[in-house]
Amino acid sequence: MALTETPMQAEKARTIFEKSKAGRRAAALPDAGVPEQPLAELIPENLLRAEPPRLPEISEPEIVRHYNRLSRRNFDLDTGFYPLGSCTMKHNPRLNERVAALPGHARLHPAQDPKRAQGALELMWLLQESLSEICGLPHVSLQPSAGSHGELAGLLLTRAYHADRGEERTKVLAPDTSHGTNPASVTMAGYEVVKVATNDRGGVEMDDLRAKLAENADEVACLMLTNPNTLGVFDENIAEIASLIHDAGGTLYYDGANLNAVMGHSRPGDMGFDIVHVNLHKSFSQPHGGGGPGAGPIAVSDRIEPYLPRPQVVRREGSNGHGPSFDLDHDRPKSIGRLRGFQGNFGVFVRSYAYILSLGGDGLTEASETAVLNANYLKALLAKGRAGRHLPIAFDRHCMHEFVLSGKPMKRELGLATLDLAKRLLDYGFHPPTVYFPLLVDEALMVEPTETEAKETLDAFAEAIEQILAEAEDNPDLAKNAPYTTPVRRLDEVKATRKPVVRQRLR
Amino acid sequence: MTRYTSATPDDRQEMLDAIGVGSAAELFEQIPEPLRLGRPLALPDGMSEAEVYERLRELSERNASAEEQVCFVGAGMYDHYVPAIVDAITSRSEFLTPYTPYQPEISQGGLQVMFEFQTAMSELTGLPVSNAALYEGPSALASAGYLAIGATKRKRFVISRGVHPHSRETLRTYAVGYGAEVVEVGLEGGLTDAAALAGAVDGETAAVFLQSPNFLGAVEDVEALGAAAKEHGALLVVACDPMTLGILKSPGECGADIALGEGQPLGNRLDFGGPSFGFFCATEEQIRRMPGRIAGETEDVDGRRGFVLSLQTREQHIRREKATNNICTAQALNALGAMVHLAWLGRHGFRELGELLVRRTAYARERLTAVNGVELLHEAPVAREFAVRLDAPVDKVLQRIAERGIAAGYPLGRDYPEFEDGLLVAITERRTKEQIDELADALGAAIAAERGGDAGTDQATEATIAEGVA
Repeated sequence: MALTETPMQAEKARTIFEKSKAGRRAAALPDAGVPEQPLAELIPENLLRAEPPRLPEISEPEIVRHYNRLSRRNFDLDTGFYPLGSCTMKHNPRLNERVAALPGHARLHPAQDPKRAQGALELMWLLQESLSEICGLPHVSLQPSAGSHGELAGLLLTRAYHADRGEERTKVLAPDTSHGTNPASVTMAGYEVVKVATNDRGGVEMDDLRAKLAENADEVACLMLTNPNTLGVFDENIAEIASLIHDAGGTLYYDGANLNAVMGHSRPGDMGFDIVHVNLHKSFSQPHGGGGPGAGPIAVSDRIEPYLPRPQVVRREGSNGHGPSFDLDHDRPKSIGRLRGFQGNFGVFVRSYAYILSLGGDGLTEASETAVLNANYLKALLAKGRAGRHLPIAFDRHCMHEFVLSGKPMKRELGLATLDLAKRLLDYGFHPPTVYFPLLVDEALMVEPTETEAKETLDAFAEAIEQILAEAEDNPDLAKNAPYTTPVRRLDEVKATRKPVVRQRLR
Repeated sequence: MTRYTSATPDDRQEMLDAIGVGSAAELFEQIPEPLRLGRPLALPDGMSEAEVYERLRELSERNASAEEQVCFVGAGMYDHYVPAIVDAITSRSEFLTPYTPYQPEISQGGLQVMFEFQTAMSELTGLPVSNAALYEGPSALASAGYLAIGATKRKRFVISRGVHPHSRETLRTYAVGYGAEVVEVGLEGGLTDAAALAGAVDGETAAVFLQSPNFLGAVEDVEALGAAAKEHGALLVVACDPMTLGILKSPGECGADIALGEGQPLGNRLDFGGPSFGFFCATEEQIRRMPGRIAGETEDVDGRRGFVLSLQTREQHIRREKATNNICTAQALNALGAMVHLAWLGRHGFRELGELLVRRTAYARERLTAVNGVELLHEAPVAREFAVRLDAPVDKVLQRIAERGIAAGYPLGRDYPEFEDGLLVAITERRTKEQIDELADALGAAIAAERGGDAGTDQATEATIAEGVA
């Protein structure tokens, strides 16, 4: 392939600090309007800073140009297909941004007297009620800031639940297909992970589960599961799994990263789960922001409720002809306590509640149905032709909202690693699927199209895969050296880790 | 009503045919029948965009925001002016809608922003390593506890009572999980009791946690207090308000191993408490124990400068149960807002803003304590927030002042039983001299009314407010 540098590639990356020029500025500040006492008369000199931090000196037009140009070096969901498995890259409605920016939301101080924040508390309560219905569990805390924060909350709840019963348990079971956050949260919560094997249908290997429960009798605090799991399949044995865990005295935790598959179709609470986290930035349309913000509310069963984080949003019935009111309940003696400052990522709650109102119960059900239809359709397209030969599905059955392909034959037959395919997809204008996860599948590619995508997009993606594989039959180096058209080409990640440069050296 | 999907009935049929099933329902048959919901969700039907907007607007109008009330409430989040370019840049879809930058070749914009943000936070805190942001302040502090246990192999924390109550409680919540003991050291004259702190730190202490300015607004002598940590080989963790770092000596200069805090004052709106971001900076020694994403500079195959997620072997998706933290999705967009705000303020504007805060705060402190029934809660130096004692029930005084359209401050009794009569007052560049004067008048009138027993309208007011009329 002829390597002609694109205009964006030719543009050398310069940071805003490098664009700084002494004497330039953007901010115009108001006058203090009060006596101009020397600082050292107000704060002892030894606590003061000698020199201001070396922030850039730059004008407003230059700031705007800098960040707009930088933005063009990003791929984004609004521009193209983003089938990143387990991430649920669905459309981010701009209505939600508009209502979140209303001054009554955006400029509401978190310590405002609850009597003067009734709209915000009611909104939070309504969101709790909605998530409770969707999850099939009676109580919700909105406090956790993201999915992994919800996991930590769930494990701390489990610890509190057992402690209250005079038990101390030390182990948490998780399948070998689990998200990396699961075992990381287990360690943070002071437990030890015990891995459970996967069966030939992609579900929990029941014999292994029974064996692990027997080996660790009275030690198992919890089983963490995703259902549908990270292979995109629904574990049909979930009811039996739930009773095994409950009989062993453990709690059952639902990693809600894949909830987008089942909204209105099946509920974690009805499956027997005690604790569920919901990623509002996945199923409920909060934009991902290039790595947050999100929110990870948890829904729990009655027996877990006493331990929920505080404060908890509550609704109080009115008296003397007044309507109900809403409050923050801090008086929760068995609570695990706070997990963060104030009440949670309220701006995210506004967006997700607006999304739930827009779709309604029927719309959410339809969203999940379309997500599953899109995934199965794309899976069917990729079962044909070259993809079918080189990239077989890891577990050949109907999937839910995502599916996992194995690049093992592709690597053997064409010399192309999954990473190469992913990088070549960039030249075709697609964000690649999640790669090398789950770990159980060799050269894995995890594809989640979401309900957002039109049939034409799915067709074009399948066509791109087909073309890349066809190219590779003639010239595997094409993909191995890809991408060619992106703002930068393959980056040296080893160097970045061996000798990390994590900030600009300033003069 | 609004569906945000594109599949037409014809599309659906073609897709079902390609899959080889008769209906989408067949795809859900892998869910055992007893576990299928079998009824519609008990939620209202969908609404049109205009209807949703009206519903949300109606809810928002039942909140008394800083748009309509003059806000002197701080306590960790502040009503700063967020410049318009922050909204313009953070709402660009290229920043708003991508995922975490797992494919660096098409994520250079976001990665470079992280790198710039890390550079800026390193400058502010005087520490060489910054991550690309955590959830918010209090959980960032709890994450520092987890790091300290890994670094020192000790399991005891000493924390000043001057640290934000939410941070102290969050640390306790997390500590139950990773099995650490938390010892609290009290305040003396608004500042951490230095003798008590020195006595509390021992050879088993993993970390000492301070905050400056502390929750009562007082600027701590971190360097002097930190000596106890240094003596016993404990990490010194300092929570700080980034808006004061243009004028106050940086935590790094004061000997902190870790500096962290609530980032909201930089480029983020109040949002009733979130989303904002937590910043987290440390010494080089801790770089491989840091929580969260870190962008690093590197080169592509043709030698072009580029950025990647660096040191990923710390992280959950690689290290799983051995990860230094479980964090995945954090607050990248909020960190971008901070970076744009910092660039807008610039090297000199940032310092000038700090000076403005100190001067107006000094004025407000003097003006308020001249009011009959108001006295200083402590005399320690302050930067942008200060505490006073009221000679009348604080809640009732706040109630009266609220009726004049002013949120007078944060009642300290919420978190400090020993300061039941305390009020914490915060100043931003939005709080003018005139507003401060008005607060002083309102405070005087409210205290006088309460002392005079003029509480006649209280019950009616309570009832009106309970209905949510702000």
